[in-house]
Amino acid sequence: MWLTNSSIGKKVLMSVTGVALILFLTFHACMNLVALFSGDSYNEICAFLGANWYAVAATAVLAALVVLHFVYAFVLTIQNRKARGASRYAVTDKPEKVEWASQNMLVLGIIVILGLLLHLYNFWYNMMFTELAYDEVAAIDAKDGMKFIRETFACPVYSILYIVWLVALWFHLSHGFWSALQTLGLNGKTWFCRWRTIGNIYVSVVILMFIAVVVAFALCPTCIA
Amino acid sequence: MATINSRIPEGPVAEKWTNYKAHQRLVNPKNKLKLDVIVVGTGLAGASAAASLGEMGFNVYNFCIQDSPRRAHSIAAQGGINAAKNYQNDGDSVYRLFYDTVKGGDYRAREANVYRLAEVSNNIIDQCVAQGVPFAREYGGMLANRSFGGAQVSRTFYAKGQTGQQLLLGAYSALSRMVEAGKVKLYTRYEMEDVVIVEGRARGIIAKNLVTGKLERFSANAVVIATGGYGNTYFLSTNAMGCNCTAAIQCYRKGAMFANPSYVQIHPTCIPVHGDKQSKLTLMSESLRNDGRIWVPKDIEDAKKLQRGEIKGSDIPEDKRDYYLERRYPAFGNLVPRDVASRAAKERCDKGFGVNNTGLAVFLDFSESIQRLGIDEIRQRYGNLFDMYEEITDVNPGELAKTVDGVEYYNPMMIFPAIHYTMGGVWVDYELQTSIPGLFAIGECNFSDHGANRLGASALMQGLADGYFVLPYTIQNYLADQAIWPRLSVDLPEFKKAEEGVQAEIDRIMNIKGKRSVDSIHKELGHIMWEHVGMGRTKAGLEEGLKLLKNIRKEFNENLFVPGSKEGLNVELDKAIHLRDFILMGELIANDALHREESCGGHFREEHQTEEGEAKRDDQNFFYVGCWEYQGNDDTAPVLSKEPLEYEIIKVQTRNYKN
Amino acid sequence: MAKNISFTLKYWKQNGPKDKGHFDTREMKNIPDDTSFLEMLDILNEELIEEGQEPFVFDHDCREGICGMCSLYINGTPHGKTATGATTCQLYMRRFKDGDVITVEPWRSAAFPVIKDCMVDRSAFDKIIQAGGYTSVRTGQPQDANAILIPKQNADEAMDCATCIGCGACVAACKNGSAMLFVSSKVSQLALLPQGRPEAAKRAKAMVARMDELGFGNCTNTRACEAVCPKNETIANIARLNREYISAKLKD
Repeated sequence: MWLTNSSIGKKVLMSVTGVALILFLTFHACMNLVALFSGDSYNEICAFLGANWYAVAATAVLAALVVLHFVYAFVLTIQNRKARGASRYAVTDKPEKVEWASQNMLVLGIIVILGLLLHLYNFWYNMMFTELAYDEVAAIDAKDGMKFIRETFACPVYSILYIVWLVALWFHLSHGFWSALQTLGLNGKTWFCRWRTIGNIYVSVVILMFIAVVVAFALCPTCIA
Repeated sequence: MATINSRIPEGPVAEKWTNYKAHQRLVNPKNKLKLDVIVVGTGLAGASAAASLGEMGFNVYNFCIQDSPRRAHSIAAQGGINAAKNYQNDGDSVYRLFYDTVKGGDYRAREANVYRLAEVSNNIIDQCVAQGVPFAREYGGMLANRSFGGAQVSRTFYAKGQTGQQLLLGAYSALSRMVEAGKVKLYTRYEMEDVVIVEGRARGIIAKNLVTGKLERFSANAVVIATGGYGNTYFLSTNAMGCNCTAAIQCYRKGAMFANPSYVQIHPTCIPVHGDKQSKLTLMSESLRNDGRIWVPKDIEDAKKLQRGEIKGSDIPEDKRDYYLERRYPAFGNLVPRDVASRAAKERCDKGFGVNNTGLAVFLDFSESIQRLGIDEIRQRYGNLFDMYEEITDVNPGELAKTVDGVEYYNPMMIFPAIHYTMGGVWVDYELQTSIPGLFAIGECNFSDHGANRLGASALMQGLADGYFVLPYTIQNYLADQAIWPRLSVDLPEFKKAEEGVQAEIDRIMNIKGKRSVDSIHKELGHIMWEHVGMGRTKAGLEEGLKLLKNIRKEFNENLFVPGSKEGLNVELDKAIHLRDFILMGELIANDALHREESCGGHFREEHQTEEGEAKRDDQNFFYVGCWEYQGNDDTAPVLSKEPLEYEIIKVQTRNYKN
Repeated sequence: MAKNISFTLKYWKQNGPKDKGHFDTREMKNIPDDTSFLEMLDILNEELIEEGQEPFVFDHDCREGICGMCSLYINGTPHGKTATGATTCQLYMRRFKDGDVITVEPWRSAAFPVIKDCMVDRSAFDKIIQAGGYTSVRTGQPQDANAILIPKQNADEAMDCATCIGCGACVAACKNGSAMLFVSSKVSQLALLPQGRPEAAKRAKAMVARMDELGFGNCTNTRACEAVCPKNETIANIARLNREYISAKLKD
């Protein structure tokens, strides 16, 4: 199977899962924004997603994507380190052209994963999982997504951790966006700058949407209905 | 004196090759599988021959000294490749290309060989395009051409300034395809040290694995050498550092004749020598002479100030400049052929008008053309060359230095002639076979097609013609009855003896244990060659040179120091072996130059010039190929044989560039 | 006028692929700044030989920036920092200052084992080309060269891809030891020309498979390769290779 055997195939897996995850993040960010305007609507969305088996199936797919993306990141990195050989340069001088993020995707990815674990514990475990587990008392609570947001970001440590996480995600995606398109062969001399610009704007908007929610709830939880 | 049979087929010149192909012997497909061919060298000639022979079914063993076949020095050729396609509808034809080449070679090439070269030139272009060589194109998608020196038509095909690279990569790709198919076995970082002769025929080689230092034996039914020219005899040349004549000289030692060694091409536009640490001369494309004007100061005092670094070229006003090419050759001006331009520069510098600290440079000035066409247009044409020149010399030839009375003075380039190509080489007959049966020589390492001077864009043509379209045919004529021979064992006494001989030489060189490095002796050799066997040669100078060369050999034999051991990789040892053969080569050049009492093409004897200082040929006495035979040891002078030239269709004339 | 500079030279010595290797250090005195970097190393070697030592070994040949033989990693950059992005042989000492420390290392990559000192074995590149870097035409009489019309733009673009000199700087600079820039340049050249189209899919698959087999790393689009390429090959070639490869595989 070329997708798992060849170097380009493995990269295609990374790209496809990456693009899918970017799309999920877009959806997630839009959903979050609702919380800024209407707590009730937000809770309704939470309830809808929690009770919906399609959403559960989608969650499983999402998890598979993350695992694939994560596992292949390690497979590729191990291969790349081997290809690099045992000896290291005594002096290195990184050319200006090379983005910092592009050379640190694994580290950024690990930060993102750690943040994700925290996030899953904070929200998903308490909201979706309890519902799935039919814990009646907790489940009623779980439908109140707003409450979780308020409680989490009331704690400054969490707010800061989330912002660090999101910044790491921004770096990861700023390279990941055009890199995915490059790997899929959708790039070229003229499109290189275009994709990079589009990617940077797109990713910045998505991340700003996330950060806006964190900041709003951290600084002025009472201002939000 | 040996009898020399050039084996030129019967019939009119224009039909010889067709007749030859129609009547030559062929090898049947089954027998091809039984026949082994060794090809030494992977340049244009070697790679194309190895690939073509492999495609035909022969088992090919291909050797190169570099880490990859793609590094061969053919890659550095800039300008282009000639072919008589007449795509420009400017009246070109096979005959014209043939005629221009013979005339450009100062009437010292073989008519039959050159005609064949012109004939197959068209096939080369077709072949290369099919391989995917990205030649320059016009907007309509057709191939583009440019014009080159020595011709009145535009027949040069090119790929930017990297035609040699693209053609070599084409041949390399064909070769790679045959390696993958298992028909060619590739040996990289191997150097041929000797040819093995069994019962009078070349049946194998001794090669040194340059990484392990071990000698290895290879047997085959025929040996082809495509090992390039001997320009590095002069130490400083435009050749690559690794270029050497060891394979060719070893064949010569084993009995192959060496033809016309004195025909050495000196290219007029190279960056001058800057110091004694210099390793190599860089060529600036001949095309610069289209818009650049060559000059030195009129006033010897100005030249002296330039030499001391007190003033710059741009400080000398227009009326104090001597555009000596325009003065001497009003009709052709700065565009005279390479040999003429080179000698004129030397003449000025010999008189003390040199313009750099060594006194060995002239100016190439773009002020006039920049003012006429604008800097943008000039940069469009030569921008990459200007950048390259600036990187090397720290002077930007497109930079305005000053304006005096409305006249703009730009920084001029400095140029000086340098050894570039060797027309002479191992003697071969019409079939490209040397005087040893079964040993063939192709490309620059043979002598056959350029006479006394090579035209621009003809070297690539010859290398590929030999490799793709000539040798694969003619070698069959030889191999046709060779399939009855069993594969020879490399344990035969002839192989053993040859290997022992090479090993003994290596031991001898390692055991000299003197004081001097290879390079220091090589530099001295180069100096002697340039001074006494260079651009302007005299009887006395050549005799003196031969004496000095004897001393150099003595110095080499007694005072050389090679560090390290003979086991494993030893770059100095390999260079020492090359140097041993460069010294012998130097003597060959000098001997040939001494005997040839005339001036023609790249060979200029100061005794033989017209009143205006132009070359004076002597067709009465020297209308022949000078073939030299080795006399058993390096110290004994070689013996000359002559292969008379017979021209059927071209009338021998004097070249004229004045009007 | 040339001036002289003095500096500390640290150069890599290694006796073979298995040897660990180390730096030797030497004070270089009064080197004219119009010598080329390789000529400076010639001076070093003359000094070493004079002292009876073995010279420092490195690959070099044409010294005109076209053969691709020279391969030194100088102060953290493949080929060193030349003005026009050229090869090691086109680097001149005027790029350095008096008192500099200059560190010279070999290409370091698993696919390019060291032979000796800074001379490495790049035969893996030949093997990749052998897998399919050609059009399968026999020597003989193909159609007339002008029978295939090629738009100037395609011919020029193919020429840009074809200028790769196979020096290996891309692999040396890549933190993944990936040869994608090299492979994609050849694939692109032939993919852009009609002569190369019949075998385009086969070629892309075969060359990538060979590249993987030889232990080169995976491209992660860091662009370090194009930043150091002496012939200005770009990662647009890599995108084209990906395109060719993916579409070839999807058609299987």
